Amino acid sequence: MNSVADGLQPIDDSNARVTTGPTPVIAPGHTFGTVTDKISAIVLTRKTPIGWYAGFGTALMFTGLLLVSLTYLVTKGIGIWGNNIPVGWAFDITNFVWWIGIGHAGTLISAILLLLRQTWRTSINRFAEAMTLFAVSCAGIFPLFHTGRPWLGYWLFPYSNTMGLWPQFRSPLIWDVFAVSTYATVSLLFWFVGLIPDLATLRDRSQSPVGRFIYGMLAMGWRGSAHHWHRYETAYLLLAGLATPLVVSVHTVVSFDFAVSIVPGWHTTIFPPYFVAGAIYSGFAMVLTLAIPIRAIYNLEDFITMRHLQNMAKVMLVTGLIVAYGYLTEAFIAWYSGDKYEGFVPMNRMFGPYAVFYWALILCNVVIPQLLWFKKIRLSVASLFIIAIIVNVGMWLERFVIIVLSLHRDFLPSSWGMYSPTFWDWSTFLGTIGLFLSLLFLFLRFLPMISIFEMRTILPEAKVGDQ
Amino acid sequence: MKTPSLIHGLMAEFDDPTSLVTAAGRAHREGYRCMDAYSPFPIEELHEALGSHHTRLPLIVLVGGLCGCIGGYALQYWSSVIEYPLNIGGKPLHSWPAFIPVTFECTILAAALSCVLGMLALNGLPMPYHPVFNLPRFALASRNRFFLCIEATDPKFDLEATRRFLETLEPREVSTVAD
Repeated sequence: MNSVADGLQPIDDSNARVTTGPTPVIAPGHTFGTVTDKISAIVLTRKTPIGWYAGFGTALMFTGLLLVSLTYLVTKGIGIWGNNIPVGWAFDITNFVWWIGIGHAGTLISAILLLLRQTWRTSINRFAEAMTLFAVSCAGIFPLFHTGRPWLGYWLFPYSNTMGLWPQFRSPLIWDVFAVSTYATVSLLFWFVGLIPDLATLRDRSQSPVGRFIYGMLAMGWRGSAHHWHRYETAYLLLAGLATPLVVSVHTVVSFDFAVSIVPGWHTTIFPPYFVAGAIYSGFAMVLTLAIPIRAIYNLEDFITMRHLQNMAKVMLVTGLIVAYGYLTEAFIAWYSGDKYEGFVPMNRMFGPYAVFYWALILCNVVIPQLLWFKKIRLSVASLFIIAIIVNVGMWLERFVIIVLSLHRDFLPSSWGMYSPTFWDWSTFLGTIGLFLSLLFLFLRFLPMISIFEMRTILPEAKVGDQ
Repeated sequence: MKTPSLIHGLMAEFDDPTSLVTAAGRAHREGYRCMDAYSPFPIEELHEALGSHHTRLPLIVLVGGLCGCIGGYALQYWSSVIEYPLNIGGKPLHSWPAFIPVTFECTILAAALSCVLGMLALNGLPMPYHPVFNLPRFALASRNRFFLCIEATDPKFDLEATRRFLETLEPREVSTVAD
């Protein structure tokens, strides 16, 4: 009789070879066993790479900077930030929208591409979903602390209270509270449900009693029963169906924060679709920014192939063009409306005191991504990485331009003003990047970054033959 | 092999999904009903081969979603019209278009929660202990092996006869699962 120890060693069950086209979503030669071993080994290894400690340590220092900044903010008040009337929203809301936008790629990859049966999503959905969760966590910090009294943040939710007060449900800011908290909850559910079978794999393969206990508790006793799988698949598909309209609604509601107001440059109907496209654009840019170094460091070129990188580049190209169309429409409608104040907005953007930001935005978001039309560029990992970072910067600039440039010069020239960030604006922003990366490093170390069970399903040997 | 006095069932181990689906189908035709199959990934055909029914999960999600929808709208109507009416520029108190976004979000939230909790409840999870885990080789069910378990509660179950039947399915091996 075979012992368990035998069974747990990598077994040469290479009877099935992958024979797909020239650009496979998984490199040839993999089997159920090798896929399982390769991905779970990253988590279960005894030796954590030194680079992980270096990266996590650096990210943790920036998280410390975030804690210092927020502590100082709570003791002094939001006067330590540079925003003041007329620019009441500045870095805080820019960063909020930027982070929320980044989160959108995770749900798009896991839900919409699942419904569209795009099997290439399988090797990138897990960490894109994790990225969503961490980005939404970072996003939530900004509006919460911008309220000035974060300890009263629960006032945003409707609950019976002795003050006899209720939230104003006609306000987009309350819609935003519901949209973002629902989004965070549903993303967490989606991510966790996807993890359950893989947690069971880690439970069964972990050599340490502590690992077995923790992964065992998290796996909740998952045993891969056919009845369970059937309900699981139904639940996963239903969740994808629910998350798809949700992801579109979230950035739509975020855009309502602006579009429902009467501020010139904000009061426009192009905002919802253009914000959603921008969110997907920045999200895919962030997935590429993270996927390229991760696949190199952990030798995951077999699973995250050039086909994935190419496909993501194409999604970026399309959404980038939609965003560019949004910029054109904004300028056209401002002129076509004949409204003096609306017409002033694009002029102020292009030739006003912040013109350099506007032109940098056009360069980053519209001009440079056109290089993605060339296959040579799409097949070069280094240039994809650079373009992805440029798009990240461009999308941040876009939100800065929309928010600050509309507020600083509105109807009355006597109330015009300028905004410049303070040290604490920068430290809070850099701090959230540190928090994001810290959470990501912990995720890479302790949970499987690629969905193991879904990788098994795309192997040719997973097909049930003639019975 | 020593036979424990209390057994959960007999477990046959297979190498590939096709053998498992074939085996499950044959066991069902043989008249076995109390059985379960275990695989490292979802196999669509397996559920049918075991002769199982549709799941009630979609209905639970629909009911959950409707509760969220009605509850979300009712909350806004009650607080804005009855409990805390605010006259803003003479606009109607029951300004329903403004209530749609929150109603939508509540629908999705309640549907998603009932989807996940419903799936776990119907599956009987969390369940940290289950007799199949007594079999050491079952650890491979989450890696690359496929198992079919005929449970002792099946009316047709007979330790010797069922074992002989499972042997005819050409498994890698057949083991007894202690309860």
